[in-house]
Amino acid sequence: MAVRRYEPSGYSRNILDSGQSLLVIVAGVLLVVAVADTAVARVTDVSTAVAFGALIAFGELLRLTLPGDREAAPIAAAGSLAYALLIRVQDAPARHGTQQVVAVAAIGMLIGALPHLAVGRPARLDAMAARLVAVACVAAVFRPLAGEEVISGHWWSALPVMLSLVVLAWLVEAAIAALVRTDVLRARFGVALADELRVQLPLGVAVGTSALLISFAAEVMGLFAVAVFAAPLLVTQVALRRFAGIRATYLQTVRALARVTEIGGYVEAGHSARVSKLAVDIGRELGMPEAALLELEYAALMHDIGQLSLRDPIPGGATVLVSREEQRRIAEYGAEVIQQAKVLDSVADIVRRQSDPARTPDRADEPPLSSRIIRAANAFDDLVGSSVEPSRAAAAVERLRLDTAAEYDQAVVDALSRLVARRP
Amino acid sequence: MGKLSKTAWLYIGAVIIAAVLPIAHGPFAGINWTAVIALGLLLAASESTATLLQARSLAWSANSVASLAAVVLTGPVGAALVACCTLLGIRRGPSPMQRVFNTGMYALSAYLAGEVFLLFGGQVGTPGTSSFPGIIGPYAAATVTHVAVNFALLQVVFWLATAPDTTPSQLDLGLLVTDVGYGALGVLIAALWEVLGPFTPVLVLIPLFVARWAVAQFAAQQRAYEATVSALCQAVETKDFYTRGHSERVSKGSVMIASEIKMRAERVAAIRFAGMLHDVGKLGVPTAVLQKTGRLTDDEYAAIQLHPMRGLDIVRDIGFLDEALAGIMHHHERIDGKGYPMGLAGDEIPEFARVLAVADAFDAMTSNRAYRGARPVAAAVAELRKCAGEQFDPAFVDAFVAAIERDGWAAPQSVPSDQDTTEKGLPAGTDGQAGPLIIGSL
Repeated sequence: MAVRRYEPSGYSRNILDSGQSLLVIVAGVLLVVAVADTAVARVTDVSTAVAFGALIAFGELLRLTLPGDREAAPIAAAGSLAYALLIRVQDAPARHGTQQVVAVAAIGMLIGALPHLAVGRPARLDAMAARLVAVACVAAVFRPLAGEEVISGHWWSALPVMLSLVVLAWLVEAAIAALVRTDVLRARFGVALADELRVQLPLGVAVGTSALLISFAAEVMGLFAVAVFAAPLLVTQVALRRFAGIRATYLQTVRALARVTEIGGYVEAGHSARVSKLAVDIGRELGMPEAALLELEYAALMHDIGQLSLRDPIPGGATVLVSREEQRRIAEYGAEVIQQAKVLDSVADIVRRQSDPARTPDRADEPPLSSRIIRAANAFDDLVGSSVEPSRAAAAVERLRLDTAAEYDQAVVDALSRLVARRP
Repeated sequence: MGKLSKTAWLYIGAVIIAAVLPIAHGPFAGINWTAVIALGLLLAASESTATLLQARSLAWSANSVASLAAVVLTGPVGAALVACCTLLGIRRGPSPMQRVFNTGMYALSAYLAGEVFLLFGGQVGTPGTSSFPGIIGPYAAATVTHVAVNFALLQVVFWLATAPDTTPSQLDLGLLVTDVGYGALGVLIAALWEVLGPFTPVLVLIPLFVARWAVAQFAAQQRAYEATVSALCQAVETKDFYTRGHSERVSKGSVMIASEIKMRAERVAAIRFAGMLHDVGKLGVPTAVLQKTGRLTDDEYAAIQLHPMRGLDIVRDIGFLDEALAGIMHHHERIDGKGYPMGLAGDEIPEFARVLAVADAFDAMTSNRAYRGARPVAAAVAELRKCAGEQFDPAFVDAFVAAIERDGWAAPQSVPSDQDTTEKGLPAGTDGQAGPLIIGSL
């Protein structure tokens, strides 16, 4: 299946902004210093360095994109962490220093990235930089300790230290990724960090344990361990790649099928796509986590699917113009359709409640936030359409504001008006 | 296991006694109890989480991995003791009797594997650097013994517990090889014991669990995707009462043809979606035209002829195989070149489109339409055969007919119709509707 990438709206992959540039510069300085230092001080344990460098290059070659356009290279990450945490290779103590770890990791990553560049896939510098910085942190803490008898003497003294360093690496990488996303997508840092940690958790666990296993097993099996304990990660990686692929196709399919209402003349062309983009922007502005944003996007794309039950389209497709009863019937039918899929029940619920007024006498009975967002975004789009005129948008926001008392959610309309004001 | 015969009960009793005897006999001296406890806990934990993770096969693997590691670290009796922890697993599935039998079976396999390990000259205890590669031979023998004994004991109980006239299940070689492969992990656990102690099994198994989880995630996402596409297709169909379930059946029919001609699995998957989505373009056709019972005007017919292109318009951005897109666009082409939208003929028509055309027309004939009732399957098959070479690709018609004769065809529930259901197929192109077949498969 040919997989096209899912990119969150507003994310441009070619232009690095200030935060990303800073990150890349830090990683670049690290690289140059480490390589120069290693060259001057001579490489220690060449065969070990080559074996780990090869694993890192291999892993970088096999990097994958997780849902939400996150780049990951689990095998490379495990390889470089294991190299940073190496105590002994069979009977010979590993004497390489922090600089050598960074140099080997950086060179391995660059070699692994070359084939991608050769076929015209640009490198994600920020993701590579984040991985390098995380490894550098771990190496800086552990390399000076690796020779100490206190740490390396027994597994029960080494394991806790190494375990906490692996967790540290995970946290550092997630924090950097969250900072980048906060910067680029205007998400909130706390929300972005929680998303990042949640998405990276299973892979982080696999990477961390594989790194520990490789570095411990090298003591018994020598460099053979590198190949043996990277194997399960390969399986994980293949499965996750296919998962990300099907997830992207899923979204493309829903986006495409949401357009049947447009082809059928039920709604104006581009309506579902615009409403879903606006809804997701509002949701992000309001600090919704990523999983909820995905549901919101699905619901917004399919919010008009219920109109298919109408024998003849509403003029212009503007649901804001028909009676509340009719709106409710359309929403109910749309929810029924979505519920048929059995896996999108919460999406169906969002669609069902979209026609309910935001303010209800009983607060417990309020529609979910996503429904309130879709209601406002839909009304806004019905009023503005594909027009890009700022005055028309402003007038539409004003009209929604007048109805805010009962119909629309105050916070949602505020977020919408901020978004409209920010539009270029 | 429902009601069991006397022989089955005797057999189960024999397995349990055969497992208990060596454990009771010992010797217990020199057993590494830390290893027994750590591995036993791991085994119980993997048994308990089996239903939770919906990965029964992984639980089995973790079970044999733990037993085999115990063979090296603690010897045959220790391994049998570790295997007994199967009993401690908290699981809702199996009945107490099944659990006792499973425990006996695992303990016996582990004990025999341990004896074989010793027989081939294996040394019990934590292996050091010097143990390799000498340990590989005895360990491989132990692994094969474990898998073989386990498999044999299980086959016999299945054979005794099921009715005698059912054919025994085929020996799944692939599964056995996988089990032997998983078994190799046991020696890794034993090898790492010296440097990682009792944390070894947990650390070794975590990456495997994550790998399993990732595979399960993929499968779940795939199912969710299929369910969603099918739900959305049904929504599209509500517009035309008569075509309810049509997409689903065309998809099924296309898959039948594709499997019959032995298409590759990913192409079969693609044609399934193509079948599901082949008519989405019909949304662009006014409802009144779709449900019209009388003769269509030229304009109305032109509107209908547009639907494959509109369908392509909708699905173009989905990351499908391009073949699926071509199939959707050309599913109304005819072999003789009189179809639409491009008027392609013969092999110019993409393979997917030729497959879809057969399944589409067949389902249209066997279900009710606004302008006529459903025909019986036999009549539809005859009609397909008659039009093979003109409208349809004969190879696919043959494949479809063969598949229907073997597997049958679930035609839609027929709505009572006062129309003449025995209506003979009219020769194509004799009236304004250009023949019932073409219209029938709109």
